[in-house]
Amino acid sequence: MTDPTVFPQSDVNTIPLNVKLALVFIALFVLFAIFGHLLTPHGFRETSLFARLKPPGTESYPLGTDARGRDLLARLVTGAQITLVVAIVGTVIGAVLGSLLGILAAASRGKTEAIIVAAVDVQASLPIIIVALFMLAMFDNSFVLFLLLVGLNGWEVYARLMRGATLQAKEFGYVIAVRALGASPMRIYLRHILPNILNIALVQFTVNLPLTVLLETALSFLGLGVQPPLTSLGQIMSEGRDRLMTAWWLTLLPGAIIFCLALSVSMIGDWLRDQLDPTLRNE
Amino acid sequence: MNDVCAEDAAAEAPLLTIAGLTVSLPIYGDRPEALSDIELAIHPGETLCLVGESGSGKSVIGQAILGMLPYALRVKSGLLKFDGLVMPPQRDLAFGAIRSAQISMIFQDAAACLNPVRTIGSQLSEILAVHGVIRRDRMARVVEVLQNVALPEPERMARSYPHELSGGQAQRAVIAAALLLKPKLLIADEPTTALDVTTQSEILYLLDHLKKIRGLSMLFITHDFGVVAEIADRVAVMRDGHLVETGNTRDVLSQPQHPYTQKLIAATRPKPQQHNSGGDIPILEAHGINLIYRSSFLSKRKVLRAVKNVSLRVDRGKTVAVVGESGSGKSSLAKALLRLEDIESGSITFKGTEISDLKGASLREMRRSFQVVLQDPFSALNPRQTILSAVSEGPIMHGVSVKDAQKKATDMIKLVGLSDQAGERYPQEFSGGQRQRICIARALVLTPDLLIADEAVSALDVSIQAQILDLFADMQKRFGFAMLFITHDLVVARAIADEILVMKSGEIVEKGPSGQILEAPKHPYTAKLLAAAPGSDLFAQGISP
Amino acid sequence: MTGYIISRLFRAVVTMLLTVSMVFLFIRFSGDPAAALVPPDAPQEVIDQYAEAMGLDKPLWQQYSGYVGGLLQGNFGFSIHTGIAVEEVFLDRLPHTLQLGITALFLAIAIGIPIGAFAAVQRGSVLDRFLMGVSVLAFAMPNFLFGLILILVAALSFKTFLGGENAHVIWPALTLGLASMGSFARFTRSSVLETINAPYVRAAEARGIPFHIRLSHHVVPNAAIPMVTLIGLSLGSLVAGSVVTEQVFAWPGVGQLLVRSVATRDLAQVQFIVLVVAFTMVMANLVVDMLYLVIDPRIRVK
Repeated sequence: MTDPTVFPQSDVNTIPLNVKLALVFIALFVLFAIFGHLLTPHGFRETSLFARLKPPGTESYPLGTDARGRDLLARLVTGAQITLVVAIVGTVIGAVLGSLLGILAAASRGKTEAIIVAAVDVQASLPIIIVALFMLAMFDNSFVLFLLLVGLNGWEVYARLMRGATLQAKEFGYVIAVRALGASPMRIYLRHILPNILNIALVQFTVNLPLTVLLETALSFLGLGVQPPLTSLGQIMSEGRDRLMTAWWLTLLPGAIIFCLALSVSMIGDWLRDQLDPTLRNE
Repeated sequence: MNDVCAEDAAAEAPLLTIAGLTVSLPIYGDRPEALSDIELAIHPGETLCLVGESGSGKSVIGQAILGMLPYALRVKSGLLKFDGLVMPPQRDLAFGAIRSAQISMIFQDAAACLNPVRTIGSQLSEILAVHGVIRRDRMARVVEVLQNVALPEPERMARSYPHELSGGQAQRAVIAAALLLKPKLLIADEPTTALDVTTQSEILYLLDHLKKIRGLSMLFITHDFGVVAEIADRVAVMRDGHLVETGNTRDVLSQPQHPYTQKLIAATRPKPQQHNSGGDIPILEAHGINLIYRSSFLSKRKVLRAVKNVSLRVDRGKTVAVVGESGSGKSSLAKALLRLEDIESGSITFKGTEISDLKGASLREMRRSFQVVLQDPFSALNPRQTILSAVSEGPIMHGVSVKDAQKKATDMIKLVGLSDQAGERYPQEFSGGQRQRICIARALVLTPDLLIADEAVSALDVSIQAQILDLFADMQKRFGFAMLFITHDLVVARAIADEILVMKSGEIVEKGPSGQILEAPKHPYTAKLLAAAPGSDLFAQGISP
Repeated sequence: MTGYIISRLFRAVVTMLLTVSMVFLFIRFSGDPAAALVPPDAPQEVIDQYAEAMGLDKPLWQQYSGYVGGLLQGNFGFSIHTGIAVEEVFLDRLPHTLQLGITALFLAIAIGIPIGAFAAVQRGSVLDRFLMGVSVLAFAMPNFLFGLILILVAALSFKTFLGGENAHVIWPALTLGLASMGSFARFTRSSVLETINAPYVRAAEARGIPFHIRLSHHVVPNAAIPMVTLIGLSLGSLVAGSVVTEQVFAWPGVGQLLVRSVATRDLAQVQFIVLVVAFTMVMANLVVDMLYLVIDPRIRVK
C-alpha cells in the first residue's frame, strides 16, 4: 500500500471530467498570466487614438480595445497577473493568520482562547467588504493596504475550523499516547497534530480562494480596489461598465474569466473535499 | 432462565424458517458472500441466539428477515417463510405491513435509533397511527407499553426527549416501541453490547420476562457467549457468513463440536494466569487522589468529582485491576496516575519519587518509566507514521540514537508477534488486534517499570481478547513490570490480575486478591457486578467446557 | 437553559462593544476626527466645539466613554455631502435595501432549498447532478457580472433599463440572491442526505413507518436545524452582495450610499453604516441562537 499524504490518492482515471476541465482551465489561466504578453505586441498601458473601442477580431487587436485605444488582450494579461497575485497572496495571508490563531486558541485555552474567540466573533459580524470599505474611507488606497484587506477575507473561518480541529486532535489516541511517551508539546503539535489537521485548512483554502477573487474583483469594480495605472480583471470591468451596450467585450470578457476561475477552483475544492472525507461526499 | 421447554418447542412448527439463504457482497467487500447457504428455524416462544464476531454476517440475517438489506447487498438465493407465508427476500414495499406488526427489530445504539427532536411518546404513538389506531386510544397504549418495560413514571417518560434518557432507559423505550403492536418475532441486534454490565443484566431479564408473558420468539444477535448462556434456548454460531454449529444451549455449551465454537466459549472464561512473586517492592503508590473536572473558561462553570480519595499500590511484577462501569471514574484515575490530568489533592509516588507536582522536562523524563496502552487501537496510531517510526519515537525522544532505537523497536515488534517487515507499513494495513500489539510494543520498548492498560482489550473481538491478554502476561513475565489493568469486565480482571479494586462513582468500594473478590465479595456493589455478568448462573451450575 | 441565554447575550454585548471600540480607535488615529465628522465648510469654531465636545484634549479612555455615550444618545455626526444627520440619510435609503434584501433572501429560500432537497431525494440521478451543477455555477458567478448580463440582455432585447429608481426589485434581487441560492441548494442537499441516512430514520423504517411520513416527521425537522444557521450566515453575504448589486442596478439603497461615502471620505456616514451593519448581524445571530432553543430540544438542557 502507498503511504498516506496530505493529497488524496487517486489515479488520473478516477478524476471526474468537470474537475479535469477545471484543472486545465486553471493551468491555462496561469500560463496566460505568465506568458500572455507574448501573444500581443502591445503594452497594457499603450494607448492609441486611432484604435479606440475596436471590437474583437480587429487586426492586431484580437480581443478589441478600450476607450483609450488600449489593447484588451494586453490589459487582460496584466489584469490576470494582478488578480492572481492578489488572490493567492491574500488567501495565503488569511489561511496562515487564521489557522495559527485557531491552533493557538485551542492550544493555550484560558484567556488567550477567549480573546481570539472574541475577535473571531467580531469579524464574523462584519462582512469583510464592509471592513475594507471602512478602512479605505480612512486611509489612502495603497496596493499593500488593499492586499492586506483582501487577505483578511475569511481568516475567522480558518480560525474557527482549526480551533475545532485542534481541540478534537488533542483527544486522538495517538496524541495522548505520544504525550505519555514523553513528547514535548512542540513535537506533539508539529509532528502529530498539524499534519493531520492540515487537510481541513486545505479544503477551506479552495473554498476561500474563489471568494477572495470575487472580493478583489468586486472592490476593483467599484473603483475602490486596484487603482490605475495598475489594473486587475475587476478594474478593467469597472472601466468598461459605462459602455456596456456599445463595447460589451470590455466587461464581459474579463467577467467571463473571473467566473471561470471562481468556478474551476470551487469544483476542484468540492472534489478534494469528497476525496479527503468520504462521509461528506456530495455524490 | 433456560427451560426444558426448548425441546417441546422444537416439536411445533417453526415460526420462521430460513433455507439456503445466500446474500452477496459488492465487489469491494472482503469476501464474495455476506451469507452462504444459511439454514435456520425459530419456533414460537423460543429464543435463538445468533453468535459471531464482527464481520461474521450475523447482522445481515436480521436485516434480510425484515427486508432491510442495504442496497449494495443482493439476495442470490434462499427461502424465507414466516408464519406459513413465503416472504419476498429483497426490499419490498409490502414489507411495511409486516414490520413492527409481526416482526420487530431493535438495534445496538438505542439513543441513536430515536429521533432527537421529538418526544418518546410521539414517536411511539406514530407507530400506532401508521397502523390504524385512532388518536384517542394512542396515548393510553403508549403509556401502557412504557409501563410494561418497567420505565419509571411512564407519563413523564412519554413527554421526554431521547437525550434526557440514560442508555438503559433508551433501550427500554426502544423495546417498548418494538413491542407496541404485539409482534410474534423480535430481532435484537446486539442491544446490550454498549451497556454497562448491570444495565445489560436488567435488559436481558426484561426481554426474557416479556418473552415469557407474551409468548414472543426472539432472535438475539450477539458476540458474547455469556449472553447465550443467560437467555438462549438454542444457539447458532456464525463465522465468515457460514453457520458452523447449531443446537440447544446446554448441549453446545457443555460439548461444543466445532473448534471455532470452542474458541469462543473459552474466551468468555479466560483461565487465570499464574503470577510471579516479584516481592513487595512498590512501584506505584497513590494516596488520597482527588480529581475534579472543571469546565473551561468559556462555558458555564460545572464541577465534576471524578476521583474521590482513592489510594492504591502496585508492586513490581504484579498486576492490579481496577474494575468499574462507565462513570465509575476508572479512566479518570488512569489519566491522573499517568499525569495526563492534574490532581486536586493527594500524592502519587513512583519508585519513591513524588510525581504529582512534576511538570515540563522533569515530568517528561520520568515518563519513560510508566507507559500506557489505550482502548481504541484504531485511533492510537498516527496514520501518517510508519510502525517503525511510531515504536522508535519514544527512545529517540529520550536520547537513544536513531539506529539503536530502530533496532530496539524492530526487536520489540517481532516480540509482540508481528513480522519484521511490519515496520515499514502504515497502521491502516493492520487489524485491530495487530494494532494493539503495536501499541504494546510502543509502550514496552522504553522498558517501563509500570504499564497501565486502559480497557486495552475492550474494543477487540472476543477471540482476539484472549490472545492479547496472553501477550500481556507473557511480556510481564519476561520484563517484570508492574501492571495496572483498567476494565469493566470482572472476568477479564480475574484472568489477569493478582489484586482487584472495584470502583463506583469515583470511589474504591472494595479491594482484595482477585480469587477472593470473585468468590466471596464483601461489598453489595461487587456482588451485584458479579451476579450481573452474563451467563454467571449457568456457569455456576457447572455447565462449562 | 438560562445559562445558554445569558452566555449568548453576553457574547453579543461583548462583540458589539469590541466593534464600537475598534471603530473608535481607527477613527481616532486616522486623522482629525472632529473635522471628519462635520461638514467641510463648517467654520473653525464649530470644529473646535466638536473637538471639545468630543474631548480630544482629554485622556483616551474619557474620549472613549464620551464617544460611546454619544452613540447611545444618538449623536452620530453629520454627512459631509449635505450636512444632514447621517441617520436621516441612512433611514431614507434603508427601505430600498430592505426590500432588495428580503426579496433576495426569499428567492434563495424558495428556490434553493427545494432544489437541494429534491436533489438529495433523487441522489445519483442525472437530475441530481444537473441541479448540483447549476448550483455551483450560481455560487461561483460574480454577482456584478450576472447583473450586467441581465441589464445588457434587457437593454438589447427589450430596450428597457433594469435599474434606477423606479425599476422592479426582481432583477437586482435575483442577482443578489443567486449566490445564496446556489449555496442553499448544495447545503440542503448534504443536510438532507445526512439525515436520511441517520440511524433513527432506519429505525423508523424498521418500525414500519412509510417513506413519506419518515420524510416529513423525521428527516425534515432534523435537517432544518443546521439550515437555520445557514440562513443566519447568509445575511452577511447578502449585506456584502448588496453593496455591489446596488451599484450595478443604480438601486438607491444603503449599499450605494456606502460606496459613495467611501469615495468622498464621508467618515461620519461610513462609520454609522458600519456600526448599523455590525449591530444588525449581532442581532441576527442572537435571533438564530434563540431560535435554536425552539427547534432543538437538546439545547434546552445545556
